[in-house]
Amino acid sequence: MAEAMQKTSPMAVVTALGPRGMITLRGDLAASKLKAVCKALTGADIPAAGHATVVKETGLAWMSPDELLIMLPHAEVPAAIAKIDAALKGSHYLAVDVSDARAVFRVCGSGAREVMGKLCPVDLHPDQFAPGQFRRTRMGQIAAAFWMRDAATFEVVCFRSVADYAFDLLTVSAKAGPVGYY
Amino acid sequence: MSTRLATGGRFIDRSQPRAFSFNGKRLRGYAGDTLASALLANDQMLVGRSFKYHRPRGVVAAGAEEPNGLVNLGKGQHFEPNQRVTTTELFDGLEAESQNHWPSLEFDVGAVNARLSRFLPAGFYYKMFIHPRSFWKHIYEPFIRASAGLGKAPKSRDADTYEHFHAHVDVLVIGGGISGLAAALAAGRAGVRVLLIEQTAHWGGRAPVDDPQINGLGAEEWINSTLQALEEMPNVQIRTRMMGAGVYDHGSVLCYEQLTDHIGPKDGPRHRLWQVRADRVITATGAIERPLSFAGNDVPGVMLAAALRDFVVNFGVSVGDRTVVVTNNDDAYRTAIVLKTAGLDVPCIVDARPAPTGELVAEARALGIRVEAGKGIAKVKGGKRVTAVALCAQAGEGAVLEEIPCDAVAMSGGWSPVVHLWSHCGGKLTWDEAGAMFRPDPDRPPTGADGEGFVLAAGTANGFLATSEALADAYAAGQIAAGIKKGKGPSALAPAEEPMAPVWMMPQGAAISLREKMWLDYQNDVKVSDVQLAAREGYESVEHTKRYTTLGMATDQGKLSNINGLAILSDSLGRPIPSVGTTTFRPPYTPISMGAIAGAARDGLFQPIRKTPMHGWHEANGAEFEPVGQWRRPYAFRRNGESTEAAVHREVKNTRDAVGLLDASTLGKLIVKGPDAGKFLDMLYTNMMSTLPVGKCRYGLMCSENGFLSDDGVVARIDEDTWLCHTTTGGADRIHAWMEDWLQCEWWNWKVYVANVTEQYAQVAVVGPKARMLLEKLGGGMDLSKEALPFMQWADGRIGDFDARVYRISFSGELSYEVAVPAGQGLAFWEALLAAGEEFGVMPYGTEALHIMRAEKGFIMIGDETDGTIIPQDLGLSWAISKKKDDYLGKRAHQRPHMTDPNRWKLVGLETTDGSVIPDGAYAVSEGVNDNGQRNTQGRVTSTYMSPTLGRGIAMGLILNGPDRMGELVEFPKIDGTSVTAKIVSPVFYDPEGEKQNG
Amino acid sequence: MLTLTCPYCGTHADETELAPGGEAHLKRFGPGSSDEDFEDYLFRRANPKGVHFERWRHAYGCGKWFLAARCTTTLEVYGTYPAQTTEPPEHILETIAAKRPGWSWEADT
Repeated sequence: MAEAMQKTSPMAVVTALGPRGMITLRGDLAASKLKAVCKALTGADIPAAGHATVVKETGLAWMSPDELLIMLPHAEVPAAIAKIDAALKGSHYLAVDVSDARAVFRVCGSGAREVMGKLCPVDLHPDQFAPGQFRRTRMGQIAAAFWMRDAATFEVVCFRSVADYAFDLLTVSAKAGPVGYY
Repeated sequence: MSTRLATGGRFIDRSQPRAFSFNGKRLRGYAGDTLASALLANDQMLVGRSFKYHRPRGVVAAGAEEPNGLVNLGKGQHFEPNQRVTTTELFDGLEAESQNHWPSLEFDVGAVNARLSRFLPAGFYYKMFIHPRSFWKHIYEPFIRASAGLGKAPKSRDADTYEHFHAHVDVLVIGGGISGLAAALAAGRAGVRVLLIEQTAHWGGRAPVDDPQINGLGAEEWINSTLQALEEMPNVQIRTRMMGAGVYDHGSVLCYEQLTDHIGPKDGPRHRLWQVRADRVITATGAIERPLSFAGNDVPGVMLAAALRDFVVNFGVSVGDRTVVVTNNDDAYRTAIVLKTAGLDVPCIVDARPAPTGELVAEARALGIRVEAGKGIAKVKGGKRVTAVALCAQAGEGAVLEEIPCDAVAMSGGWSPVVHLWSHCGGKLTWDEAGAMFRPDPDRPPTGADGEGFVLAAGTANGFLATSEALADAYAAGQIAAGIKKGKGPSALAPAEEPMAPVWMMPQGAAISLREKMWLDYQNDVKVSDVQLAAREGYESVEHTKRYTTLGMATDQGKLSNINGLAILSDSLGRPIPSVGTTTFRPPYTPISMGAIAGAARDGLFQPIRKTPMHGWHEANGAEFEPVGQWRRPYAFRRNGESTEAAVHREVKNTRDAVGLLDASTLGKLIVKGPDAGKFLDMLYTNMMSTLPVGKCRYGLMCSENGFLSDDGVVARIDEDTWLCHTTTGGADRIHAWMEDWLQCEWWNWKVYVANVTEQYAQVAVVGPKARMLLEKLGGGMDLSKEALPFMQWADGRIGDFDARVYRISFSGELSYEVAVPAGQGLAFWEALLAAGEEFGVMPYGTEALHIMRAEKGFIMIGDETDGTIIPQDLGLSWAISKKKDDYLGKRAHQRPHMTDPNRWKLVGLETTDGSVIPDGAYAVSEGVNDNGQRNTQGRVTSTYMSPTLGRGIAMGLILNGPDRMGELVEFPKIDGTSVTAKIVSPVFYDPEGEKQNG
Repeated sequence: MLTLTCPYCGTHADETELAPGGEAHLKRFGPGSSDEDFEDYLFRRANPKGVHFERWRHAYGCGKWFLAARCTTTLEVYGTYPAQTTEPPEHILETIAAKRPGWSWEADT
């Protein structure tokens, strides 16, 4: 990981967050057993395409028509997978721990939208992207996904191996100052 | 002389002087000046030398179309060549140097080329330097390189920073002249998201210079009120110093924003490259005035008519005391009127038209300016600046009627709409006979995803040169782009103009001696005579003529020269201009910085580097890294004073004798799960994977549908419907995508899910005779004995304090455990192994030791033994191809005649007779030579190493009928002319019975 | 720099978020097929000036492969649709037919 875990600029504070529990769950997202176990684990309903229901560290993100990302505190992952296995036994699904395969960042501040807008080919106008939505995309030269924790805060997830690149990219983008667009 | 007038200058602030230097000379200008206006205010008429003949060159334009005024700007880490003086804003401390001369701008030895110009016609380089062939490399090229090039390439690294930005809008309006403002106003009023950009620092374009009335207001007043209206609209954004550089597919537009160039080096990004996605793009990019082709039209002091009055009105700079205006249209009369009104002398307006009578003509005459109708300029007199013009009849051959002393010439050949951005993505042009110009053809726009035109040209850029028509057109374009019905836009009042008359050469029947002095392309020194020569030599295509003559190939990309050159070509070919057509307009509109293209991608962010959980430890412990895809893997861990080779050999030896650790985290790990997972893997691998028992491992091969070996790795059966597939380091993402492709696009009813868990685990190979002892010492209770966990099996359990999955697999031929732990614990596990292993002599080893050990065992490496043309059968891997399966990816291809050819080169081991190492990539030669006179070949080396275990050079290679030729000698020529001889042997050099790995 | 709408997640994806996969609706020929059929499957590709069916993967997004019907000259996109089909869906064919009278899927293949 980057040596400094937090960098501050007038635009936004970029923070490398600690490990977060993440489970890749593939299966029939319309199946009642799957919905039930996801609700039991996170308290959230299955989000619509392009959306995530995340409160603090816990929630669900829609990854693809047959894939969810379940987020929860890191320590709860093994028990959660056991619960999924028990609940979905006999059906076709896949649940794997990917907590250690990911890195998570927070970009917080008045310029957060522009920090992301410098790096991602995404329309981040407030009418087009707001809390509740979830976007998998390209950030610089890596794959990333993000959602908004609140109106001024993005949470960004990428692969662990490129965590340094992601942190430095976000930091450079924030440090360069505002564009004055959003 | 050129000088600053006592009054005037819309842009400059006389209370704020600015100091700058040109060629070391300290000069002063004002805030608001461009470098061009400041130089002219200091009577610096000569600004550069042309590319080929080193002719003296002065400023000819006032904007982005300037071909001559290119300078080296800045110093050291802020140095940049080829910067246009007309678009460079002046700031305190600006340092500029002129280009393409030696030893000085005033006295340049290269100018001798001009004397030789008779011998340097179009195509000279092609004709001259083709023979003899051998001269090219040693004589011609060094000479040309030394004398070629305008600006100097920067030598220092760029101290500035750059960034990108993505924006999405409904309507992007490019150009902030009155047309762009009107278009943005219309679209903004419709409520859609609008971005309006202007390449200069000023809004309104050239309108305030000519000052038409708009909606009853003066031009500047209307511009300001419109700006205010736009600023008040929350759905509209406006930005200056931002150029529309290129228009691409589906409304993708590259825009180039210059953030600090006008104030000099500062912190923060210098340029920002915008990647705008627009539903509709309006190009309100205006028009560019055309030069006239008369002899001596390149002498400093000859300038575009509108540029001359721009310098007066915008900067309070007069280019000359006595200016002759030469024109084929009414607009240039405005220059005469502006100059006269400013108190300067206009001895004559030379109008090529026989009887001009328009409002502006009358106004000029009323000011007492002499108008010579039906006349042209026979030649311009003067060297480094204009001293006089010689008049002639336009209809004649150039007989001089009269000489008029003057120190400036204002020329106007009419106007060409700036159609570049319209054309970038396929917008077509139509020839406007009346305006003698190409204009956008509204019926053939570039089309977007919806099949409709997504670019709308507006105003003068759309061929509407009269202000009232331009405004109406632009306002309508804004409404159309916003998807609303047309309403009434602003109206304008300006003097009516009479039609222009096309004049492509002056005089019409000029003799060759004059045509050799008529410049089309000022920067590249292309003359009327050059284009005519090209036509005579058979160049009919405008694209070929461009390359043959270099017309329009300079940094200005022919903004001034293209139409004039085209007209000369069409005349020479006897074909109408539209049938000759234009060259291709390519982005960017004007050059943009390399830094802006790179954005943040430099230094540590140049590309993502993938790091394993133990990367930091490797860095701290002498690792030399090698790239494997985007990963960095330790090649070897050097100890104090050790050479890399010594380190590699030590690592091999220590692993074979004691125990070594390899960071194998980068290996791909794909979970494949589902009721049909076995069936699926049987299709993907050449082996049978469905029958693999739970708890066991199997080495597998994957082929493309062409049958070529694509990836390999060990597959572990996790439970009844779950497999874990290891891929090569570089193959993880590719094979994951490959699996998803087949599952999504071919066998979509099969119940299989795949997840890429490569980065979830840190994986360490614990390798060597003491591997078991080391792991047992860590404790945790796992039974790692040969009986409980034999070779090619796996088990879950605890190793020390770590949850681990342990695979008994070996890529080295030694007793080996590959242990996977969660990535977050990888570093702790690695350090625990090193601590516990100290008593056993544990050492980490890198990829080179790994490669040597696998080669000693005859294990193939994807990328070494394979190159995309190799099938498993070539590599002695037929044992890994199931004979029981009806199908697998690549099976049909393996039955093709070329694949079953017994003469395919096959894998063998190679042992040099003298113990040396065969050079990598060496070919084995056979008798005779081929049609090219080269030795025939019978094989090649695929991997070659000095084996520290065997103390000799070993290699693997593909040899014709190799496996049937054991013991035979083959010869490998080396690049130094000598050869090395090797014996064909089994590729398994070490422990052929496998006792060690099974132990 | 195309923009294509991923039919799985609805994203209007920038081309830089996508990976191209060549011609769509190829029929796989495996063991037992004739040399001619197999050669066509491996190597013969349409290269039309006009309507083309392509494979794209939303690589930086939901990871799904989808198909696009597109004009290679005007860049018009007639539609995108899920990859789980051996031929273009009816509504795509109707859209193309309406825009390009006389064009037909059979004639094209």
